[in-house]
Amino acid sequence: MEQQKKRKVKAPLSIEQKIKRRNFISFGVFFALGGSAIAGWKWLLHAPEETPGITGGAKAPLRRALNKTELFFRNFFSNNHLVKTYPKERAAKTVRVNSLIGIEDDGDFDIGKWKLEVKINSRESLKIGIEDIKALPKTEIVFDFKCVEGWDQIQHWAGVKLSDFLSHYKLDALAQKNYMGLETPNGEYYVGLERDSVLHPQTILAYQMNGKPISKEHGAPLRLIIPVKYGIKNLKRIGTMSFSDTRPRDYWAEQGYDYYSGL
Amino acid sequence: MKEIEEKHAFLMRWTHWVNFPVLAVMIWSGMFIYWANDAYGISIFGVTYIKFFPEWFYNYFHIPQRLAEGMAYHFLFMWFFFLNGLLYIIYTIFSGAWRELMPQKNSFKEAWLVLLHDLHIRKTIPPHKKYNAAQRIAYSAIILMGLGSVITGLAIYKPVQFYWLCWLCGGYHFARIIHFALTIGYVFFFLIHILQVALAGWNNFRSVVSGFEVIGNTEKDKDEKLTAHGTAEKKES
Repeated sequence: MEQQKKRKVKAPLSIEQKIKRRNFISFGVFFALGGSAIAGWKWLLHAPEETPGITGGAKAPLRRALNKTELFFRNFFSNNHLVKTYPKERAAKTVRVNSLIGIEDDGDFDIGKWKLEVKINSRESLKIGIEDIKALPKTEIVFDFKCVEGWDQIQHWAGVKLSDFLSHYKLDALAQKNYMGLETPNGEYYVGLERDSVLHPQTILAYQMNGKPISKEHGAPLRLIIPVKYGIKNLKRIGTMSFSDTRPRDYWAEQGYDYYSGL
Repeated sequence: MKEIEEKHAFLMRWTHWVNFPVLAVMIWSGMFIYWANDAYGISIFGVTYIKFFPEWFYNYFHIPQRLAEGMAYHFLFMWFFFLNGLLYIIYTIFSGAWRELMPQKNSFKEAWLVLLHDLHIRKTIPPHKKYNAAQRIAYSAIILMGLGSVITGLAIYKPVQFYWLCWLCGGYHFARIIHFALTIGYVFFFLIHILQVALAGWNNFRSVVSGFEVIGNTEKDKDEKLTAHGTAEKKES
């Protein structure tokens, strides 16, 4: 016992020793953590890309983070949160055309024969002409259209509220599925939208821009205007509409962009 | 007598060093996002138009065509930036460290004297505790800037769901401008900070890693220390 006690008694360290010891420990920890931070960063930089599927083009860990972050921020979504609207005079006269994917590469498209195809299930589908859609109550909106690239423009659109359209065609039950998928007639451009944004009161199927029928490059005869999303989700020239509980394919989500892309 | 003087608490050092690489990644990925629509420039009387970043700058840092990648990094590291900053603020409030950090009544006047001192125009610096007047202002401002980046960032990220934040920031456009200007501010802060740290020397730098500074290192002190060392050795034997 006596001997053990003696061994435990240590002489107090001198100032010099204390300084040395603390320097050694703190710089050791500093370089160890710094090294692991660099290793972690290298791991992320060289992390493999996700397996291409509904989403693609992003590094696997970054895609997981995007999806987790989506879930967090969806908690703040409310259909009472309306996009700011402006008087009609503020709307741009020359509306920006950013992309023509799904339109320019469709030489066979005949606007006279166009009908919106709503897929009820794998066999049945509704075919709705533009005049039937124009007969539904009209909703107008002048809002700041926001592109994921960073530009924005105040634009004036009119059409039928998507939720009005869904209830008119008795599609409410289908619209309770988690997602809606929209595609251009040639299937070259396609988007997936979660239920909340689909049923948002400012989401419309638009057939008018600045009080006139939509021009070809803006998505005639019918396009989606969804102010709670970036422009990439505002699909032009809708060909088909479908519903599912899992994410439908989405053009830009396949190329590394966030699937949600909500504002 | 040489002495160890505690200077920076563990949490202050930790958050400082975590923030450095995280902010670097935020600025880097932010550049990828800004590139996609590099709207800011300087026009003088509507004639001269200078883009904020010249083409060679973008090419040198491999910035073009990486918007999606930039957003993916930005929206992951924003969490670390926010949580680390929050930890620092909570610590500073509850530990009472804010008393040594926040500018005081005379700090704004004294900061000029510190500046004159640092520019070698004035010989003395007003007496101060842990931080001098200029440091109090700079280190408080950088925290406010961080808070500003989070708020404007959220306003840009979810301008519909956080419409009130967007309004508070003076709208979508102004929020973007502030978010951008703050980033430029960090770069300037960094440059001056590095210069000041280099000028302040090893003892000061070490204190942000190990937490302490060594004071009272004069010739007379050395002698005393030697005697003290001698007695310590005696005890050991």
